Amino acid sequence: MMNKRLKEKAGFGALAVLTFLAVVPVLAIIGYLVWQGWPALTWEFLTQPPRKFLTEGGIYPAIIGTLALTVGTIMVAMPLGIGTAIYLVEYAGENVFTKLIRIAIINLAGVPSVVYGLFGMGMFVLTLGLGRSLAVGALTLGILTLPIIISTAEEALLAVPDSYRYASLALGATKWQTVRRVVLPVALPAILTGTILGIGRAAGETAPIMFTAAVVYTPRLPDSIYDQVMALPYHLYAISTEVPNVSQHMAFGAALVLLAIVGAMNLVAVVIRTRMRLKRLR
Amino acid sequence: MGDKNKMETRNLNLYYKGFQALINVSFPVKENTVTALIGPSGCGKSTFLRTLNRMNDVIEGTRIKGEVLLDDENIYDAEVDPVVLRKQVGMVFQRPNPFPMSIYDNIAYGPRIHGRKNKDELNEIVEKSLQAAALWDEVKDRLHKSALGLSGGQQQRLVIARVLAVDPQVILMDEPASALDPISTAKLEDLIHQLKSSYTIVIVTHNMQQAARVSDFTGFFLNGEMIEYSVTNTMFTAPRIKQTEDYITGRFG
Ligand SMILES: Nc1ncnc2c1ncn2[C@@H]1O[C@H](COP(=O)(O)OP(=O)(O)O)[C@@H](O)[C@H]1O
Ligand SMILES: [Mg+2]
Repeated sequence: MMNKRLKEKAGFGALAVLTFLAVVPVLAIIGYLVWQGWPALTWEFLTQPPRKFLTEGGIYPAIIGTLALTVGTIMVAMPLGIGTAIYLVEYAGENVFTKLIRIAIINLAGVPSVVYGLFGMGMFVLTLGLGRSLAVGALTLGILTLPIIISTAEEALLAVPDSYRYASLALGATKWQTVRRVVLPVALPAILTGTILGIGRAAGETAPIMFTAAVVYTPRLPDSIYDQVMALPYHLYAISTEVPNVSQHMAFGAALVLLAIVGAMNLVAVVIRTRMRLKRLR
Repeated sequence: MGDKNKMETRNLNLYYKGFQALINVSFPVKENTVTALIGPSGCGKSTFLRTLNRMNDVIEGTRIKGEVLLDDENIYDAEVDPVVLRKQVGMVFQRPNPFPMSIYDNIAYGPRIHGRKNKDELNEIVEKSLQAAALWDEVKDRLHKSALGLSGGQQQRLVIARVLAVDPQVILMDEPASALDPISTAKLEDLIHQLKSSYTIVIVTHNMQQAARVSDFTGFFLNGEMIEYSVTNTMFTAPRIKQTEDYITGRFG
């Protein structure tokens, strides 16, 4: 018979191996990207538009396009997502209507991103006649991220102890004052983290923007929300599938930049969360 | 000691969905006195206390029948705004619940939501409230540090200071000492004595000695009914009703 301690050791050992196995692909992907993409990362690559049918030059307009789409996504998804979560948690209570909304949100989270793309095109580009543009891309990506933002914000609000709400109400605060001055500040770090993670995910999506915002090539930077833009994920898709004779390094260089942007956003999320937590305890 | 009823309930019944938690409670709260509510767990003390500042409104499914008067006006009348009422009738909860903000911001919270912005005025309110709650000397050098760093006893006095800062007339306390050590409890009881001259206080307590020490009047609750009400002294020396005596002497509860 194996004794308890040995069993425990074996158990932890097995878990450690599994953890390692789970991390390997991540490290492999990053390693491969750096290895293949690093040679392409020149100053010119980062600051110049592409030339010669995307086979030379840089990816500057795509970087700017992706950043602009991301900012737009935040502006669409944050107020809408956080507002919905506040309504659901703080105001609506449990009833058939909120149950329906929750079911809708869960299902929305499972819809493939290409469907969002088609919806964005059908709804905003064709029906509303907004044309392919930064604005429509941001709207589409915003709707794509809504489920994540709503559910993380809901969880964050639910995690705020009721004792804070009662204390505030008992002092003669209105519900809205209570939400705005007590509940939201407490929930904000978690809400922001979830939001940024969700938007980082959206920043890497190709399908939702290919019908709604992105073009294969434009040397122009957007100067209004009605402009079309280049964007990193679509650029990657284009040079890997549609354009012959592009050097491997160009594609992996672009992928590396995309990864860095998303990584930077996640880092920002971690920093915000840590700082706000510390601030509350000091 | 006032003879005026600061608050009063008349034939008060409260239902949580189908369950009746208060049955025909008629109860006076005399001005500038301390009234203690005693009784076994689950008899409706907290529920009764919450009817006095309409905090039961927050709980879904509660329904009320009867009257609750504050200065002879029914606080459940349609034209009474619970938000305004709660400014007049403050509440201290069982577990200290300071906001995760600085000590200063905790105290200034109430005045701020009620529209005070002037810095000097706020400073003055904060100092006065902390002094009245016997906490000023302990925290005056750390006003802008988190309130969560205070001890349990300090937190409970902070919460009282926070209530005082909105200048209420009545203060409700629901077992305010149940999470505190004996020394903090003694301080809290002293504080209640001091506050009585300016405020009307209703306190729920599990502790018979505490009720005897701090209160002028005592009401005994059992299964949602108010069984006996009298001057505290009388209640503890010569209860009229058998169940009261059994409870006080520790035969049940
Ligand atoms: N939110 C609620 N929903 C349903 N029943 C409740 C609720 N709060 C209290 N009760 C019930 O009402 C009765 C009185 O509770 P409470 O006022 O908390 O008693 P006490 O404070 O004297 O211990 C208990 O039977 C309790 O289970
Ligand atoms: Mg209770």
